[in-house]
Amino acid sequence: VKRSRWEALTARQPALFALVLLVLSLVVNFILQPNMFARETLNSNMRVFLPIILMAIGQAIVILGGGIDISVGGIVSIINTVLATRVGLDGSPQEMWKFVFISLSMGLLAGAINGFFIAYLRLQPIITTYATSFLYAGLALFILPNPGGGIPAPIAALYRDSTPLNLPLAFYIIAIFLLIWLYISSMRYGRFLYAVGGKAEAAYETAVPVTMVQFSTYVISGLMAAFSGIAITMLSGSGNGEIGGPMTLNSITAVVIGGNALSGGVGGVTGPVMGAITLGILQNIISFANINTWWETFVKACIIVIALAAPGIVNLFRTRRGIS
Amino acid sequence: MKRVSISPPVAALLLAVILFVLSGLLPNGFGSDINVARAQATNILRLAVFLGVIAAGQTLVIISGGEGIDLSAGSVVTLTAILVYVVVNGSDEKVLLGLLIALAVGAFIGFLNGVGITFLKVSPFVMTLGMSGVVTGAIIVITHGNVTGKVAPIMTRLIARPLLPSLQIPNAIIIWVLFGTLMWLVLERSTFGRNLFAIGANRITARLSGVDVTGMNLLTYSLAGALAGFGGFLLVGNTGVVHLQLGQPFLFPSIAAVAVGGTLLSGGKGSYWGTMAGAIVLTLITSLLTTMQMPDSVRRMVLGGTLLILISIYGRQHALRQ
Repeated sequence: VKRSRWEALTARQPALFALVLLVLSLVVNFILQPNMFARETLNSNMRVFLPIILMAIGQAIVILGGGIDISVGGIVSIINTVLATRVGLDGSPQEMWKFVFISLSMGLLAGAINGFFIAYLRLQPIITTYATSFLYAGLALFILPNPGGGIPAPIAALYRDSTPLNLPLAFYIIAIFLLIWLYISSMRYGRFLYAVGGKAEAAYETAVPVTMVQFSTYVISGLMAAFSGIAITMLSGSGNGEIGGPMTLNSITAVVIGGNALSGGVGGVTGPVMGAITLGILQNIISFANINTWWETFVKACIIVIALAAPGIVNLFRTRRGIS
Repeated sequence: MKRVSISPPVAALLLAVILFVLSGLLPNGFGSDINVARAQATNILRLAVFLGVIAAGQTLVIISGGEGIDLSAGSVVTLTAILVYVVVNGSDEKVLLGLLIALAVGAFIGFLNGVGITFLKVSPFVMTLGMSGVVTGAIIVITHGNVTGKVAPIMTRLIARPLLPSLQIPNAIIIWVLFGTLMWLVLERSTFGRNLFAIGANRITARLSGVDVTGMNLLTYSLAGALAGFGGFLLVGNTGVVHLQLGQPFLFPSIAAVAVGGTLLSGGKGSYWGTMAGAIVLTLITSLLTTMQMPDSVRRMVLGGTLLILISIYGRQHALRQ
C-alpha cells in the first residue's frame, strides 16, 4: 500500500491534526467572540475546560497502553461527593487540603482496582471498567443521594479567580502535567508504555514488564480522574453524585481527536489536551453561533464526527489521486 | 486437579435459575406459590426479550472483530421507536410500514457506521459513539421535544399479550425464541456466519482465503443497525409510549449481555445463545434489585459487582506467556 505524504506526516506527528483543529476552532471562536483572549473570558473558559483536560490526560495514557477506562466519570463523582459532604460549605482550608490528599489516594485506589482486574486477572478493559463504573457511580450516589453540600467559598474562588501573571491558573496546571509527561515519556517507562500499547505479546517477549505497565496506566488514570474531580468540585463549589457520568465519553472523544489510536501505542498526551480544549471551544462556538436550540446537539455531533473522520477522508482522497 | 469447564451460556443460565430460586426466599418473593413463581419468571423473560434483541446486533459486530462495537444502538432504538410511534399512529394497517421504516432507518445508520469504520478508518468505538450523538441530535430536531403518535392495537396484541388466553406466554417470548433460532441459523449455518467468524478471528487470513472483508464489515454494521431498529419496534410495541431516553439505558447492558454470554469482545468467538442467557441474567438481577426496593445507589453497586464477578469467572483473556 502506497502511503501518501500526509499519511506519513500524520503517522509521525499524530497530534498535528489536533493542532490544526484547535487553531481552526480558536479562529472561529475569536471571530464570534472578539473578547475571548481577554483575561476574564479566557480564565472563565479554561477553568471549565480543565476538569475534562485532566481526565483526558489519564485516559490518553490508558489508551496509549492499549486499554480504555470507562470508570473515570464514576471516580470523579466519588471525589466530588466526598469533598462536598466531608468538607462542607463552612469547612476550614486545612480540612479541605486534607481531603484533597485523601481524594488523590482514593483515585489511586480506584485506579488500582481497575488495574488489578485488567492487568493481573486479564479481564477485557471495556467491560471491566464498565462494571467498576457502576460500583463507583453507585458509591457516589450512596455518599450523596441528592445534590447538595459544598466546599468553602474562598477555596472555590481560589480555583475560579486565580490568574497569576494575568494567565489563567489552568494554564499552569496543564503546563505542569505536560512537563511531567515529557519527562516520563523520555524515560524507560515511556518506551515500555508505547511497546505494551503497540503489541503486548511482542513487548512481553522482549522482557517488558507488560502486566506492571498495564496496571500502572489505570492507576495513573485513577489519579488524573481524582485531580479532575477536585477541579470540578472547586469549579461548581457543590456536590452532585451524577456529575462525572457524562464526562467519560467526552474524555475518550478528546483523546481520539487528539490523534491517539484507540488500539494503543500511537499518540501522546499533548494531542489529547488539545483535543479536550477543542471540544470545549466547539461548545462555545455553538452557543455563540446563534444556532436554533433544537439543532445544537445535531450540529455539534456532526462536527465531532467530521473531525474524527477528517484524517481518513484526507487519506482516502490522497491515495485515490496517488493511484490514478 | 482437573478444572471443571462449563460453557458460558450454560453457566449464565444456571446462575439465572439459582438466583431466581433464591429470590423466592425473599420476604416479598414468591415463596412456595408455583403460580406466582411462574408469573414472575414469565415477566422477567418478557423484559429480557428487548435487551436480548437489541444485543443481537451487538453480538454480530463484536464477533466481527477489529475492536467492533456498536455504541449507537441505544439512540437507534430510541429513534426507530419514535418513528414507529409516529408513523403507525394507532392504525393497524400501517404497522408493517412502521416495521419496514424501523428496519430501513436502522440499517441506514448502521451502514453509515460501516462506511466510517471501513473506508475512513475511524475506530468502531468512536465512530459509533459519534453516530450516537448525531442520532440523538436528529431525534431532537425531528421531535422538538414532544412526540404525538400512538401504538396500533395489533402491535400490543402481537407483542405484549399471549397468543391464546390459555397459553399464558406473551408473544414477545415466542418471537424471541424464533428470533434466536434465526440468529443461530445465520451465525452457524450460513456463509455470512462463517465469514463473520473468519474476519473476527483474523482479517488478513480471511481476506487471503477470499472473504470480502470490506463488504462483510458494511453488511455486519448495517445488519446490527437493522436489528437495533427491530428492537425499537418491539420496545415501543410493548411499552406503548415513547420518550427521548427510551433506548439509551439498553446500550451498555447490551454489551454486558454479550460479554456475560461468553462472546469475546476481541471478536471471532461467541454465540447468540450466550447473549440470550446474558440478557436473562442481567434483567433478572436488575428486577430482583428493584423488587428488593434497594436504593438506586446500592442497585448500581450490586450490578457492577455481579458483572465483575461474572466476567472474572470466564471472561479472562489468555496469558501473555503462550
